[in-house]
Amino acid sequence: MMPRSRPLEGSFHLMGGDFTNAGSASSELKAILVNFGVAQNIVRRAAIAAFEAEMNVIIHAVAGTLHYLITTEVLTITVTDMGPGIEDVNLAMQKGYSTAPDWVREMGWGAGMGLPNISKHSDSLKLDTVVGEGTTLEILFHLKERNVDS
Amino acid sequence: MLTVNNIAEKLGLKVVVQGDLSEIVSGCYISDLLSDVMAHSEDHELWITLQTHPNIVAVAVIKGISAIILTNERNPEPATIRKAEAEKVTIMVSPHATFELAGRLYSMIKDSRPPQAGPS
Repeated sequence: MMPRSRPLEGSFHLMGGDFTNAGSASSELKAILVNFGVAQNIVRRAAIAAFEAEMNVIIHAVAGTLHYLITTEVLTITVTDMGPGIEDVNLAMQKGYSTAPDWVREMGWGAGMGLPNISKHSDSLKLDTVVGEGTTLEILFHLKERNVDS
Repeated sequence: MLTVNNIAEKLGLKVVVQGDLSEIVSGCYISDLLSDVMAHSEDHELWITLQTHPNIVAVAVIKGISAIILTNERNPEPATIRKAEAEKVTIMVSPHATFELAGRLYSMIKDSRPPQAGPS
């Protein structure tokens, strides 16, 4: 499919604790990216990052939104939540560190891989957090160079 | 190239939810940590796990997993079955433990790959 030239944006509501629908925002976003003509390799990385960010909201926050903006140049995924905030960002970025409760870990989440996975699969990650208020992640993917590469 | 159907038949797996059984299988990833599967599994791989809750379906969809295999005769939760049916994700159950199943699968997948060109 030919890449589209008009920017496209939208957002999904995320509910804290809603494990049943976990991943649906990311799956929909994945389909939107494919439709837009984003390169397969970037779709794959973006879907992983979006899903991890979605899970963080479901595990830790009361509610949040996942917003996307796709232009011919960049894909920006912004995930904002009303959550507990992150007390020590450096610790949270470390592989294996998690504050998730035991029952979440028993489901195979909360292995302390979420933020590291997002960082690893994106081109840049900006994290803004206020303890007691919430967290915003801005996850960026360059679409231009990769498209030329592939 | 092997398909999900080939593997289900040869290894006697019970198909609990039938997605596309003609889907090709390029390999297999084994983990019960969902973020680990997100980070390391590849398109068209099988995924062996003991997790039975609905999130395994979401991970399979996001990652393009060919089929999920639950070992030790663990059955998916009813909500997982419903979700897998909606998303057309194949879930199969093996009576064997993960080690046993993985061993058999490893030989099958290795034998199915075309020989590498050039001297090895």
